[in-house]
Amino acid sequence: MSEEKMIRLIITRQDGPESEPYTQEFELPHRPNMNVISALMEIRRNPVDADGRETSPVVWDMNCLEEVCGACSMIINGKPQQSCTALVDQFEQPIRLEPMRTFPVVRDLIVDRSRMFDSLKKVKAWIPIDGTYDLGPGPRMAENKRQWAYELSKCMTCGVCLEACPNVNDNSEFIGPAPVSIVRLYNAHPTGEMNKSERLEALMGEGGIESCGNSQNCVESCPKGIPLTTSIAALNRDTSLQAFKNFFGSDKA
Amino acid sequence: MAENRDFMNRRLHSLLGVIPIGVYLVQHLTVNFFATRGAEAFNGAAHFMENLPFRLFLEIFVIYLPILFHAIYGLFIVFQGKSNTRRFGFFRNWMFLLQRITGVYLLVFIAWHVWQTRVQASFGAEVNYDMMADILSSPFMLVFYIIGVLSATFHFSNGLWSFLVSWGITVNPRSQRIATYATAVIFVALSVVGMSALLAFINPDLANM
Repeated sequence: MSEEKMIRLIITRQDGPESEPYTQEFELPHRPNMNVISALMEIRRNPVDADGRETSPVVWDMNCLEEVCGACSMIINGKPQQSCTALVDQFEQPIRLEPMRTFPVVRDLIVDRSRMFDSLKKVKAWIPIDGTYDLGPGPRMAENKRQWAYELSKCMTCGVCLEACPNVNDNSEFIGPAPVSIVRLYNAHPTGEMNKSERLEALMGEGGIESCGNSQNCVESCPKGIPLTTSIAALNRDTSLQAFKNFFGSDKA
Repeated sequence: MAENRDFMNRRLHSLLGVIPIGVYLVQHLTVNFFATRGAEAFNGAAHFMENLPFRLFLEIFVIYLPILFHAIYGLFIVFQGKSNTRRFGFFRNWMFLLQRITGVYLLVFIAWHVWQTRVQASFGAEVNYDMMADILSSPFMLVFYIIGVLSATFHFSNGLWSFLVSWGITVNPRSQRIATYATAVIFVALSVVGMSALLAFINPDLANM
């Protein structure tokens, strides 16, 4: 019998939010087209480390398995990305898995991305359409605008851009690139545009757009190829104009 | 406007780096460049600057206060970041790190430079070619000044690039790339000007001109 091909994983584990992280090595049989998630499922099925010691199964977060939900993001060989689309054959062995430490670690590879959803609330990432009566259809959106706005809508709040950003950390209040780009999306929408200044004001508040240091790691790291730095620069322009309006203008717009 | 204080401070920091500090840097390097025409030419240029009307007013509002704000707020910005060039070795990420390193170096360099020249002048020392030739005759000081001038030209050129982004002037990747090339040219040109002046102070032929 020919020798079975094995894959090696080194996983940074942590038993709880307050406990110390440690690494554990695993060795498992290779299967064709395996991704990091199926490797983790294999460990869950048979939680034995590379030295043959029985251990607790490694836990991770996942949902859609097709890179649209963002839940399974982790650091794979130093690069933050989604584990569902990370094919084992494309990585150098051993494959190192770590949680994205920019966020609070819940356990093993699971992190709590709540701060991103809080930021979306802070920048008012929605379009108010509720009224006491039927407001009828909204204004139409130009097709060329819809095309670039669609690119921005691909954001899945995965947190990779926050993990890559040198200015998102414990010393700074910065909300990170993703919520800034989402403001551009909602401000581009013809109905959303009616509340444009409210979102810009939010971006001009604490931890807002001014905390960007132009390292541009976000746009290099985004798994969906969203033009994050273009969004940031575009909103730098919009917030500049908003600041002038606030200071010199008359009507509240 | 109180809730937008961070925003306003950061924008002010960016603006002051270009106007007046950047403009002053170019002017300062230009005056220094007179040293390449000999001691007498430099002394003439330095005396012209010295005898400008309302000099103290100009110094306070065009130099001291803007630099003080830029330096203190800049230090605050440095402490907000955690460099990660080891994991993300992209060009712009290195520029991000270098901008902070040169900024901190400049804080030390400028403080020392002001002490050595302007403060000494107020104690009665004369700011002229001989003063600089004397300072730069020490190899340690020469290296300290060379790194200082290069840090200043880099910090200004790269800062000009991020000024253009921070105020929303260069928005798309193409304009930002062209700005990268343009500011790189500015860095090289200003560095040549600055270095020629420094080397002119240690050139014995020019000292007697």
